Amino acid sequence: MAAKERAIPAPMTNPETEPFWEAAKQGKFLLPWCVETNKAFWYPRAVSPFALNGKVEWREASGRGTIYSVSVMKRAPEVYAIAYVTVEEGPTMMTNIVECDFDKVAIGDKVQLTWRPTEDGPPYPVFKPAA
Amino acid sequence: MSINGKAYIVGAYEHPTRLAKDKSVAQLHAECAHGALADAGLSIKDVDGYFCAGDAPGLGPLAMADYLNLTLKHLDSTDMGGCSYIAHVAHAAEAIAMGKCKVALITLAGRPRSEGHSGAVPRIRGADAPDTQWEFPLGVATVNAYAMCAARHMHQYGTTAEQLAWVKVAASHHAQHNPHAMLRDVVTVEQVVGSPLIATPLHRLDCCVVSDGGGALVVVAPEIARSLKRPLVKVKGAGESMKGQMAGAVDLTYSAGVRSGPAAFAEAGVKPADIKYASVYDSFTITVVIQLEDIGFCEKGQGGKFVADGNLISGVGKLPWNTDGGGLCNNHPANRGGITKVIEAVRQLRGEAHPKVQVKNCDLALAHGTGGLLGSRHGAATLIMERE
Repeated sequence: MAAKERAIPAPMTNPETEPFWEAAKQGKFLLPWCVETNKAFWYPRAVSPFALNGKVEWREASGRGTIYSVSVMKRAPEVYAIAYVTVEEGPTMMTNIVECDFDKVAIGDKVQLTWRPTEDGPPYPVFKPAA
Repeated sequence: MSINGKAYIVGAYEHPTRLAKDKSVAQLHAECAHGALADAGLSIKDVDGYFCAGDAPGLGPLAMADYLNLTLKHLDSTDMGGCSYIAHVAHAAEAIAMGKCKVALITLAGRPRSEGHSGAVPRIRGADAPDTQWEFPLGVATVNAYAMCAARHMHQYGTTAEQLAWVKVAASHHAQHNPHAMLRDVVTVEQVVGSPLIATPLHRLDCCVVSDGGGALVVVAPEIARSLKRPLVKVKGAGESMKGQMAGAVDLTYSAGVRSGPAAFAEAGVKPADIKYASVYDSFTITVVIQLEDIGFCEKGQGGKFVADGNLISGVGKLPWNTDGGGLCNNHPANRGGITKVIEAVRQLRGEAHPKVQVKNCDLALAHGTGGLLGSRHGAATLIMERE
């Protein structure tokens, strides 16, 4: 039987990031892009990190990525994997790896976006091994 | 314009407590302040500049300055996490060089051990911080943030768990001589890699202690330093920086030390090879490996080899390091290891370190640290000091 998975607490959202979480409720994974430089970035923000007064646009992302680094937290009520995943569109984001073998999950593994419900909050983006 | 030679560290005090259930945080700050001023041969009324960071209770520097009954011309509460106090020495030197104050007091104190803190428990570092909603729910604690750096460094450069373990082994060799150290038993590489995994690939013995305590420093103008009876420890150079996730261009293999280190060496006019003793913040073993590379003691990726085989052990290796036992064995007050790094460097420059770990003719020392989380966003500060 699979071990109990760590519950993800609801994110503290704010008006700046509302579009991301509204889309998340529809199962859509959005990435923020700087229109000026045509570059995606992470974490989401309304002000471009690349260009002065650069317009920021939300675009639906592939959800495909590769593990850049990962650490399995053993000293916790439920073992979980924290990771950085580099998504196909470019940026590297902090996330969890779920539905994986904690003894085998490794840097370089291909992963696919999935969602986890949060209590009283929007679903949260995490990754699982790619099929 | 440079701070080289413009200020001297004349007072340094490390609180002997490691568990302070019967004291308040303000009281610990004040006891450290009094200890450092007494060490310098100065009094409360001599202080005209005060420096503290986020561990100080109350609004910025105001509550502690009032508690201590200071009359000030200069205040600074720059907070870049655990390395803040290394930066404070440089900021104090800058203020002194500009004539803003003459006697600067820096304090740090906290009681995370009494309060039950753990580096394995996720905590919110500012509910309104823009990154919190993207990271806190994921269970980013302290240890797993650093563990991701270790995992990547191992993947990219072939660094091994045994090499990381040598950092702890060196700290333990030094701590056996420190009667105040929390962990005084000498450990082996086998014991470190055989200790339980906390967050892969870091083991229990790759992690620093959680302790109560604190420390304080007094930085003064040259004419005041010369009027006192303490050895002259000159501020020679400093650098500071920060590094974050660079909007998604995450690279966990290096730190802001790549900027703070070279800036400090340039200002001091010396090279890493000239340094006789180095204090480098050891929140985790991996922190030391990455920092030593970044500030220039070895090539990027060679940090594991550099720390191995006792190279950091005083009297054994080429770079005597954290001779008080560091955060890994001695103490880690307020979960912030910056001030103790400067304090041990001052002891070494004065010739007041424990005789078993004192570096011979120690006339040039470095203190370096990071603050915040190496795995997400962190500050870095480097300080070079010279015995005159």
